[in-house]
Amino acid sequence: MPDFFYRLHFYLFGLIAIASALAFVTRKSPVAAALWLVNTMFSLAALYVMMDAHFIGAIQVLVYAGAIMVVFLFVVMLLNLGHPDELSDLRGKWGRLAGGLLGLALLAQVMAMARTQAPASLVQNDFARAHELRDLNAVSAVAKPLFNEHLLAFELTSLVLLVAIVGAVVLGKRRASA
Amino acid sequence: MMIPEALALSALLFTIGVVGVLTRRNAIIIFMCVELMLNAVNLSFVAFSRLYGMTGQVFVVFVMTVAAAEAAVGLAIIIAIFRHRQSVDLSNINLLKG
Repeated sequence: MPDFFYRLHFYLFGLIAIASALAFVTRKSPVAAALWLVNTMFSLAALYVMMDAHFIGAIQVLVYAGAIMVVFLFVVMLLNLGHPDELSDLRGKWGRLAGGLLGLALLAQVMAMARTQAPASLVQNDFARAHELRDLNAVSAVAKPLFNEHLLAFELTSLVLLVAIVGAVVLGKRRASA
Repeated sequence: MMIPEALALSALLFTIGVVGVLTRRNAIIIFMCVELMLNAVNLSFVAFSRLYGMTGQVFVVFVMTVAAAEAAVGLAIIIAIFRHRQSVDLSNINLLKG
């Protein structure tokens, strides 16, 4: 049973995340939307730390809130978007209604899925997890499976990043003839 | 251990992202909604990693890598579209419309 303050902070950061996500979806200006999304990502980082994933919380702040969102803001600035005259990008009444209904249906489905019980044989007991976290520190608890069982996948991500870099340069390059 | 709450929060954030994709027309905001959906999935990975061991957190690292690659390529595509059309509004990009 988690104690009262743990629960309080968990709900607090969850509420901040949901409120910022709602504000993010409804803002008209792309810059305001991006800043609300950064707020969501920070509160998610706090939740990761509360769920004993300290390293994931750190790279959430560094990679998501730091790097990826800066790239988004950079593109908004580069394309000079966000003028008040071109801001009505919400779909019409019927589009919004259909989107909301589809969202509600999806929410019901995902909530029903989240209530199912997992097979008990898969569950690692609490003691083993606490032991693992204490013996290794927060970083090597993630690094050990990453570099042992998932080494091939880890090497393949470098290929993904390389292809993405080359693709971004090719797509973003201004053609000499055009 | 607050796992059902984390899963419910993850479902809610994912749905907000989907509704954003369905109701907005600005391509950059749609991309940010996709990032929000990836973040929601990461949250449920972390919640499950409390039950099933560290592999969930390893997957979060992979998801973040793919998200970074996707953001780089997607934003380059948006820039290329903007050069052609002077707009990132998806209702202007209707070349495939019959």
